[in-house]
Amino acid sequence: MTLAEQEKRFQEKIDNEIKIEPNDWMPDAYRQTLIRQISQHAHSEVVGMLPEGNWITRAPNLRRKAVLLAKVQDEAGHGLYLYSAIETLGADREQTIDDLHSGKAKYSSIFNYPALTWADIGAIGWLVDGAAIMNQVALCRTSYGPYARAMVKICKEESFHQRQGYESLMVLCKGTPAQKAMAQDALNRFWWPALMMFGPNDAESTHSEQSMNWKIKRFTNDELRQSFVDATVAQAELLGLTIPDANLRWNEERGHYDFSEINWDEFWQVVKGNGPCNKERIEARVKAKENGLWVREAANAYAKKRAMKKSA
Amino acid sequence: MSNSTWPLWEVFIRSKQGLNHKHVGSLRAPDATLALENARDVYTRRSEGISIWVVESANIHATDIDEVDSFFEPSDTKIYRHPTFYEVPDGVKHM
Repeated sequence: MTLAEQEKRFQEKIDNEIKIEPNDWMPDAYRQTLIRQISQHAHSEVVGMLPEGNWITRAPNLRRKAVLLAKVQDEAGHGLYLYSAIETLGADREQTIDDLHSGKAKYSSIFNYPALTWADIGAIGWLVDGAAIMNQVALCRTSYGPYARAMVKICKEESFHQRQGYESLMVLCKGTPAQKAMAQDALNRFWWPALMMFGPNDAESTHSEQSMNWKIKRFTNDELRQSFVDATVAQAELLGLTIPDANLRWNEERGHYDFSEINWDEFWQVVKGNGPCNKERIEARVKAKENGLWVREAANAYAKKRAMKKSA
Repeated sequence: MSNSTWPLWEVFIRSKQGLNHKHVGSLRAPDATLALENARDVYTRRSEGISIWVVESANIHATDIDEVDSFFEPSDTKIYRHPTFYEVPDGVKHM
């Protein structure tokens, strides 16, 4: 079969909603796009543990502490599902992690913002996980089988992540004026970075069109962002909080909320590594790998010893 | 030694008595004991299983993707193996 015939057959499968599985023929660019996207996604799960992990020991009570711990454990698990999915594409897991550490691979820009107060933990659950879920629910139908299956599992587990954040903010909003002000401050700082999570506008998004044709992506960045805004406005009202956008208003004609243009300079600055915490996040990951070396070595030594005992 | 040199394991989980073990994903671990413990932590954080199998991926043999058509052809052509192949009058019950 010629390359053109293989490509045609591949696109027919995609068009007929037949999932692509690891050993199937696929265009090299499809494979590379998936490796790039899934590894970014995996890194985001792993780096995403850092801002929240920082608050585990400072959670206000045991219930919140147990919840936060469970959430962070989930993020680690989600990273692992995704690294496994990358391996089915022939990528080397360690190499993808080293690419994160060297700065070659990216992760969601949101995790380069600090979690300064306890209310930020609520805002992260509500807005950051909310935005992630919007994106991930769409990815449950992505064309690559192992990625779609990982997404289904992740979405099931993440629904509590958003709810616990909202619940936590609800408590603050019903609390003292100072607590409510802390919740408002968290919303003020996380709103725009959360909207940036959906990526550049469609017109600026370099990978979008091909990814839509391959059904890796099912909705464009702007479509998902709009869905998120539409879903979130009423949630903010219920909390009694104000979304920090003077231009936010319902557009009867479009059937959607209008909102201000995102500060794209800030977005690109953070993507390029100049956000408030980029350096700190990568340093923490590199340190984790180095400090964990003895654990991996001990596991190897133990496995070897047991294998020897067995064969003796 | 990085954990890339740890073998890859495929994980199968029985969710409850009466059901088959079902493939849920993979992970890396230095040996079967740790593969089982990692599988528990990664794939059953919400009581998804009562039994786990781990199998080294290298030990799995699979049909060749390029020979799917010829390999499964014998069954594709035998439509009379399905009950819908047979015509029975409308009045016949319990069949």
